[in-house]
Amino acid sequence: MEDTIAAIATAQGVGAISIIRVSGGDAIEIVNKIFDKNILKAASHTIHYGHIVNNTQIIDEVLISIMRSPKTFTKEDVVEINCHGGIATTKKVLELLYINGCRQAEPGEFTKRAFLNGRIDLTQAEGTMDLISSKTEKSRTLAINELNGNVSSLIHNLREQLVSILANIAVNIDYPEYDDIEQITGKKILLQMNQLKQDIQKIIKESENGKIIKEGINTVIIGKPNVGKSSLLNYLLEEDKAIVTDIAGTTRDIVEGTINIDGIFLNIIDTAGIRKTDNVIETIGINKSINLIKSADLILLILNNNEKLDKEDIELLSKIKNKNHIIIINKIDLPQKIDIKQIDSKNIIYMSLKTEEGATSLKEKIKELFQLEKLETSDLTYLTNARSLAILKKSLSSMKKIEKALEENQPIDMIEIDIKTIWNDLGEITGETYQDELIDNLFSRFCLGK
Amino acid sequence: MHYEVVVVGGGHAGCEASLACARKNHKTLLITGNINNIADMPCNPSIGGSAKGIVVREIDALGGEMGKNADKAQLQMKMLNYKKGPAVQALRAQADKITYPKEMLKTLQNQKNLEIKEDLVEDLIVENDEIKGVILENGTKIFSDVVILTTGTYLKADILVGDTRRREGPHGERPSNHLSDSIKKLGFTIKRLKTGTPPRLDKDSIKYDEIKIEKGSDKLYTFSFDNKPNYKLENQVPCYLVYTNEKTHKIIRDNLSKSSMYGGLEDIEGIGPRYCPSIEDKVVRFSDKERHQLFLEPESLYYDDIYLQGFSTSMPHDIQEKMVHSIKGLENVKILKYAYAIEYDSIYPTQLKRTLETKKIKNLYTAGQINGTSGYEEAACQGLIAGINASLKLEGKEPLILKRNEAYIGVLIDDLVTKGIRDPYRLLTSRAEYRLLLRHDNADLRLRRYGYEIGLISEKQYKQLCQKEKDIEKLKKILKNNKLIPTEKNNKLLKENSSSPIKDGITYFNLLKRPEITMEWIEKLVDIPYSDEVKNQVEIQIKYEGYIEKANREALKMIKLEEKKIPIDIDYDNIHNLASEAKQKLKEVRPTSIGQALRISGVNPADISILMIYLKKEKIHE
Repeated sequence: MEDTIAAIATAQGVGAISIIRVSGGDAIEIVNKIFDKNILKAASHTIHYGHIVNNTQIIDEVLISIMRSPKTFTKEDVVEINCHGGIATTKKVLELLYINGCRQAEPGEFTKRAFLNGRIDLTQAEGTMDLISSKTEKSRTLAINELNGNVSSLIHNLREQLVSILANIAVNIDYPEYDDIEQITGKKILLQMNQLKQDIQKIIKESENGKIIKEGINTVIIGKPNVGKSSLLNYLLEEDKAIVTDIAGTTRDIVEGTINIDGIFLNIIDTAGIRKTDNVIETIGINKSINLIKSADLILLILNNNEKLDKEDIELLSKIKNKNHIIIINKIDLPQKIDIKQIDSKNIIYMSLKTEEGATSLKEKIKELFQLEKLETSDLTYLTNARSLAILKKSLSSMKKIEKALEENQPIDMIEIDIKTIWNDLGEITGETYQDELIDNLFSRFCLGK
Repeated sequence: MHYEVVVVGGGHAGCEASLACARKNHKTLLITGNINNIADMPCNPSIGGSAKGIVVREIDALGGEMGKNADKAQLQMKMLNYKKGPAVQALRAQADKITYPKEMLKTLQNQKNLEIKEDLVEDLIVENDEIKGVILENGTKIFSDVVILTTGTYLKADILVGDTRRREGPHGERPSNHLSDSIKKLGFTIKRLKTGTPPRLDKDSIKYDEIKIEKGSDKLYTFSFDNKPNYKLENQVPCYLVYTNEKTHKIIRDNLSKSSMYGGLEDIEGIGPRYCPSIEDKVVRFSDKERHQLFLEPESLYYDDIYLQGFSTSMPHDIQEKMVHSIKGLENVKILKYAYAIEYDSIYPTQLKRTLETKKIKNLYTAGQINGTSGYEEAACQGLIAGINASLKLEGKEPLILKRNEAYIGVLIDDLVTKGIRDPYRLLTSRAEYRLLLRHDNADLRLRRYGYEIGLISEKQYKQLCQKEKDIEKLKKILKNNKLIPTEKNNKLLKENSSSPIKDGITYFNLLKRPEITMEWIEKLVDIPYSDEVKNQVEIQIKYEGYIEKANREALKMIKLEEKKIPIDIDYDNIHNLASEAKQKLKEVRPTSIGQALRISGVNPADISILMIYLKKEKIHE
């Protein structure tokens, strides 16, 4: 059986619904891992409503169609996911599929499979061959452009470090009696892994920043009732009315509005409840806030300068500690009663939404937080495609497995197998898959022989 | 004169090839330049080592001779990587260079259906691209259905020392001058290769008290699955360790232009092995290293030569003297044989099928160094496979093609015929992507059944294998069905073994997965009435189950691609969308499956997609 492939099947960027097509022997099993209902036994050609989830976190509300082999486009098991959450969410779903065992479909691959499995005829196949050769050329250049110099050299460096460990282990295995050659120990691998982990985390972080440039920062505003959430929203929207995009018409009001701050988009997400409370009591509860925090890139927490912190404030403060956040102390036109010392954060700004005093510092803080200045000056280190990001995330989890195996005192030559997997996976990002690379490296690095 | 099989060359490949054919009841003739040099070991005095040792086990599992012969000739046995994981352990024997060939010759001479002839083959008889026999030096024609060439380094061999080049093989043997030309005339691409061997020292002139001793393992081992150890540890012959120093390096640098490889000779074409650089190479390329490690290895109990491993050179004799004498412990040493380099012709191996039959000439097989490999074990396993496949072809049966997840032998042959070579090919552990499956301990479980089906493994040996397999399953069952109960006493025992205590009962099977728990430890609690081999096997299979399963999954993916066959007569020029580099490579290698095509460098996944669509299209047309 062929491996299972996935790709977005609808044109990107337009339309409220995007469809992800998954095809292959494990299609149903893989989708089942990220769907909140069990579809393993679902009948062929049925549609199911539910949510795409990452562990417990809800990513999108979807309809999925299950089509079992052989009456499908590719004659393999096919699952199609109708995503409603816009392109950013769709990409997130795709990334989850990759992490759970799908491979990114090559250009024309669904059609290719349809042909190989006898679903379409010869003339269509001729077209597919042309398509593959032309699209491959195109995607090759695309891939090269997409991988800007920074990121490819960074990943190249990571692989260099890995190959030096691998070559050293290989030499330890093949030339065990050379006592001049350093023996790789678990400790040393652990040390290197830690360094590599940091590097990978850095790329992931910057990639997510990079995504932010293209797709906007998903922002939520939280705080207790009457603290000024709606005023802040209105203030921000007021600022930039021209490009507020109401995308009502999708099934859910996910993005309330998009605000442009010097070219960077803030997507104010899921503020349902804020605006309509302009003159009534706010109903947004703390549980709702906590759910919002999980899915946001940026959290704006508003506190009242004129009140002491209470239990609810403190709980919200603790929830946002490890996320990108800005704490806005509002109402500085009133006497200060809040105890600032209780707030453990570097990202505090003071303002009055009533007098708009200090309001510009909010934008500055946002730019600083996402290092937008730096990003704008071009030397971005980021991966834009979901597949590459998924590979990095997979590598991170492999590293955790290695750490665990080392703790258990597994032999180095077993651990080497996992290191090699990471090395191979990273090679897929940069397109370096030369198989003899390791052996070349071994002989150029070590002095061996009879 | 007519034979079913003629084998040309009596080295390690030739011995295995002719034995396999004769044992399968085919009338076989082995032609060798010198009967006293049969199974000669012209270079290092050892058999096995990392990866190679596993190949010897594989040869034995399939019914070859090398393992059994090495057991007879061993001077010292060492299990390499004993302290590392089971997947990288490999056995190495220091083998007596007199005993090894003598015992092998005896085996050949006692073999039914096998004749040995001392002569030189100078030409091949070929009709309509099919081999018909060979022509000897004096013009005598010998006809045969199959010819297996195992000529080693003897094709146009040149010995290089300093600025001299002499046309001769190792030991001053006469090389074969015309055979290489006749092979070329048949249309084969020839590649010139080079290798070297270090000086041999008089064992009585070494200052042993100044150098470090290197002993063998303190457990007893055999290569062959059919042998039990019958040697004594106290009789094991040691090796020794010495180092080069700054003085040695200065002598080398000062005299570099005198080395054949560094200007002494200007007409060197041969490409030397990267894994076996000359000492000149080491000093030049790794100039910051203060010393290089060298091993002193005994060659035989019957003469005085000590092999100076790590010191191959093509310096003139007087410089070799100076170099050797600069080494601590070897100041007064007497050099018995000087080091030399040797250049020879080989056939570029992408011209072979995976059966080791040449693509061009029907029923002509080649094996060993002629195919661009290096090493006794690499040669022997190819000889065995060529012999097996030649016999199977005579019998009208399907060939034996070992997959990359089945044997190092499979890795070696697939590498040769798919990727070709740049320098003499040596097996390395890192060449095997499924090395966790290709272990020393399980070579019999992997391959003996094949050996039996082919007819090289006897009924008795096969029954032993089946019994072992049954015992393994039974023991696993015992371990699965019995639990360690969380009593105070048991937890105390666990604690003593630095293993965490248990709250609930745990099967011994799961307990064994803990790295610190061994079968030996479990045996203190449960009676395990099975052989050490079975216990060892079960322990490995349980302990590394997760890793082994992962390797098996990977292998399965590869096998699926192997099962997608490419017809032998495919016309790559007909496939318009193929990239030109891919087209050229595919035409050269002519892979038999999509899986093999994917391993060719220069053929990328898009080319494979196009190839697959083309194949499907052709099928529909039919």
